Amino acid sequence: MRKRRTAIRDRHAEAALFGRRVIFSLVVVVAVFSVLLVNMYQLQVVEFQTFQTRSNDNRIKVVPLAPNRGIIYDRNGRILAENRPVLSLELIPERVPNLEQTLADLTELLGLTTEDLERFERNRLRERRFEQVILLDQLSEEQAATFAARQHEYPGISIEARLVRHYPYGEALTHALGYVAKINQRDAERLKAAGVAANYAATRTIGKLGVEGYYEEQLHGTVGYQQVEVDIHGRQLRTLAVEPPIPGQDLVLEIDVELQQAAQEILADNRGSLILMDPRDGAILAMVSQPSYDPNWFAQGITVAQYQSLLNSRHSPLLNRATQGGYPPASTIKPHLGIVGLEEGIVTADTRIWDPGWYQIKGVNHRYRDWLSWGHGWVDINTAIIESCDTYYYDLALKLGVDTISEHMTQYGFGERTGIDIGEESAAVMPSRGWKRARFNQPWYAGETVSIGIGQSYWTVTPMQLAVSTAVLANRGKRPVPRLLRAIRDGGIELPAVVEERPPVQLKNPEHWQIALDAMQGVVTSIKSSSRRAFSDTPYTSAGKTGTAQVKSIGQDEEYDAEAIDERFRDNAMYIGFAPVEAPEVVVVVAAENVIGGGSSVAAPMARQLLDAYFKVDKVVANAP
Amino acid sequence: MHHDHQRPSLLQRLHIDAPLFIALFITALVSIVTVYSASGQDLGMTERQAIRIGAAFFAMFVIAQIPLDTVQRWSLPLFALGIALLLAVLLVGESSKGAQRWLNLGIVTIQPSELMKLAVPMMIAWFISEQGMPPTLGRLAMAFILLIIPVLMIAKQPDLGTSLLIASSGIFVLFLAGMSWRLITFFLVAVGSFVPILWMFLMRDYQRQRVLTFLDPERDPLGAGYQIIQSKIAIGSGGIEGKGWLQGTQSQLEFLPERHTDFIFSVFSEEFGLIGVLGLLLLYGFIIFRGMIIANRAQRVYQKLLAGSLTLTFFIYVLVNIGMVSGLLPVVGVPLPLISYGGTSMVTLLAGFGLLMAIATNRRLIHA
Repeated sequence: MRKRRTAIRDRHAEAALFGRRVIFSLVVVVAVFSVLLVNMYQLQVVEFQTFQTRSNDNRIKVVPLAPNRGIIYDRNGRILAENRPVLSLELIPERVPNLEQTLADLTELLGLTTEDLERFERNRLRERRFEQVILLDQLSEEQAATFAARQHEYPGISIEARLVRHYPYGEALTHALGYVAKINQRDAERLKAAGVAANYAATRTIGKLGVEGYYEEQLHGTVGYQQVEVDIHGRQLRTLAVEPPIPGQDLVLEIDVELQQAAQEILADNRGSLILMDPRDGAILAMVSQPSYDPNWFAQGITVAQYQSLLNSRHSPLLNRATQGGYPPASTIKPHLGIVGLEEGIVTADTRIWDPGWYQIKGVNHRYRDWLSWGHGWVDINTAIIESCDTYYYDLALKLGVDTISEHMTQYGFGERTGIDIGEESAAVMPSRGWKRARFNQPWYAGETVSIGIGQSYWTVTPMQLAVSTAVLANRGKRPVPRLLRAIRDGGIELPAVVEERPPVQLKNPEHWQIALDAMQGVVTSIKSSSRRAFSDTPYTSAGKTGTAQVKSIGQDEEYDAEAIDERFRDNAMYIGFAPVEAPEVVVVVAAENVIGGGSSVAAPMARQLLDAYFKVDKVVANAP
Repeated sequence: MHHDHQRPSLLQRLHIDAPLFIALFITALVSIVTVYSASGQDLGMTERQAIRIGAAFFAMFVIAQIPLDTVQRWSLPLFALGIALLLAVLLVGESSKGAQRWLNLGIVTIQPSELMKLAVPMMIAWFISEQGMPPTLGRLAMAFILLIIPVLMIAKQPDLGTSLLIASSGIFVLFLAGMSWRLITFFLVAVGSFVPILWMFLMRDYQRQRVLTFLDPERDPLGAGYQIIQSKIAIGSGGIEGKGWLQGTQSQLEFLPERHTDFIFSVFSEEFGLIGVLGLLLLYGFIIFRGMIIANRAQRVYQKLLAGSLTLTFFIYVLVNIGMVSGLLPVVGVPLPLISYGGTSMVTLLAGFGLLMAIATNRRLIHA
């Protein structure tokens, strides 16, 4: 039946029907292929640029290149801050398949400490995604070799050679040089606000303090870029183009590192500050603040324990005593105050007063004691400076009044920042009636003016301010701005630093300079001076003034006994001086805290040793009594 | 038809259709060249692909020798075997990557859905040819039922790409058999209204994801949309002339996923540009055109329908793969026919072309 039906089928009709369907199919095929082709044309011709750009965005990564930081030299060309290559182990957390396991493996392989891992976790939080995080800085050669042999097992981890700031003189220069440390959130915001964030794209550290901080712009240089081809795993396959970074400028400082080290040795274990400055142009030859610390800790990445030890030390090593330490100037300001007395006509060179060993304001019972309890007898201004007579100055101060003193002393730089080229500086306090009203909302008392006469009460100065005021005396008016920078080296060119001055102190009668300076020379040479012995037989001439500041106020009838009282309440020993007297070329300032002794027994011998070092006197004369 | 009476040529006696064979051979060469580049210049993979192509051509040659009467007789048993195997897959099949497609027979693992790519058009063609063209409504309905069973079984594995291809192969038989235009229209409307049902009830989450991502790849540029975005970047950045062989950065630097399998067309387009694409489409177009000519020249309805269906299914392969990698169609797992790396589809496709060759060279025997 079925066979029969098949037999009578119209084969021609079937073939014709099939043929029509075939033709229809082919038309559809051609139409569909046309659509595919038009779409390909759209992608490959019309939108070619877009897709080419996106393709390049995929494969080309622009990697910023950090410029080499400028080197810092001392005035004799010795390197004070340099860049040392170190190997570090770095990883991109997002590219490490099993971070926890990997860290455990590496701990075993390279002997990572818990501290390393903690620091890594901290660093990781600070970095952006897909950025390298330091796992181990300063790989030993052995660690580097161990890891390199098994690098293929650790995707996303690599050994990177980078330059780390190194300070070869360690803690000797910390307070002058400052240091660089990792760019933190605050730095990043500041850079962004200044519009220079892009320049720091590859930079990990920034100058934080001292010269490193102040001259950051010069030292840093300009970022470079390289275009690299990367695959999907972020592996850099080849470099397509390089725009090299421009290294930072080198700095030459006025510091003489030998004098700096000598000063450090002279101050020894004492807390305090020593400064050597050229009064002619403010060049700082040495600037010591003790105690200090190793700036390399910061440059290499300080640990929490290290930082805590610095923060919590009761001796405040982080404080730059040379520019931030507020010391009572004590008797060191007697030459200055004497000039003010002369200028204001309160005294003349011949004015004499009787010193019974104490001073009393009329109608007040309180006795202001002279350091020499039996008194200096008849004293004129010359004797008052040489013997450091307190009573003379009690009287003079009271007659001048605090506001007159303040007005004059401000011209010598007290109560103002000196303008030295580091950021850490305090203005200290040059008190006045207005100041006390503003600060404590209290009236000024006459008794306080009396204490001002011997550089006590609210009056504080920084050693750097003392150096400037001493330079004013040595220069007979000219007031330099202290300066660490000697020159900037850019390529082969050396650009000298700008020498700045503040308005000079101008006297109505310039003869008054000579009166004060003669007395200061007398401090060093006169038979009446207690610090004469410290300066015996110097092959150079010098002039100076001692000071011994009470840290603890002594009761009316108490005896001061340095051995007996708490170390922290012992006196501060101060000295200011300059040399040679004929043509001053160096100013010396000593501030030694809480010493047994005072200006003439402790500070003056230190100043002598420092001047000897400056004048290259071979044999340091024993100065012990 | 005079030449039909001449002695058969060597090629005819070997059951080789020369134009089709040459076109297939050129495509195979393109495959080796492109796989070498797409595999990141992996000689091992390229060699394996060449061996597979050799094996597939051998299978084509063997199948071309089978008498067509035998083929026709085997249509029903082969289909029945296929259904049985698919059932076995659903019950005891092996899973890989979330799909259950493989059957472990101890010595070899086989993929019964590949068998159905041939068995289904053979079965439907046989079923229709038993009655003649055009098919009656009853035959059509029966044919649909025969078709829907394996399609659903494969879709359940799930293997959307293959079930789509098998459904097309059956539908093409019915279309070529002369199914009325009114029915075709009705069919299209029915499919259209089936789409929401498909979306709501039948599609799995990852399949819906694919569709959504297809509609807007930038919706999820690092996730599901990544493939299609990278593929379009590869194609577009190739431009007119292409980046050059082995120079495609999207593929060589591995930004393009599945570059040697489903997305090999993107590699080809990136490296050979619009000119290469045009050449490849002409090659494919020639194969399809030749296949349809063979179908049209075939003497028996069964042969016509089978040849036409296999050819149009090949066209669907091309359309779905190129459409999906260039962003016109959603991403379904369909390889670029004869070019993508992988053995199974290569063997099945060339086995199908073996049937075409048998049909092309078999006309004379009927006359004799």
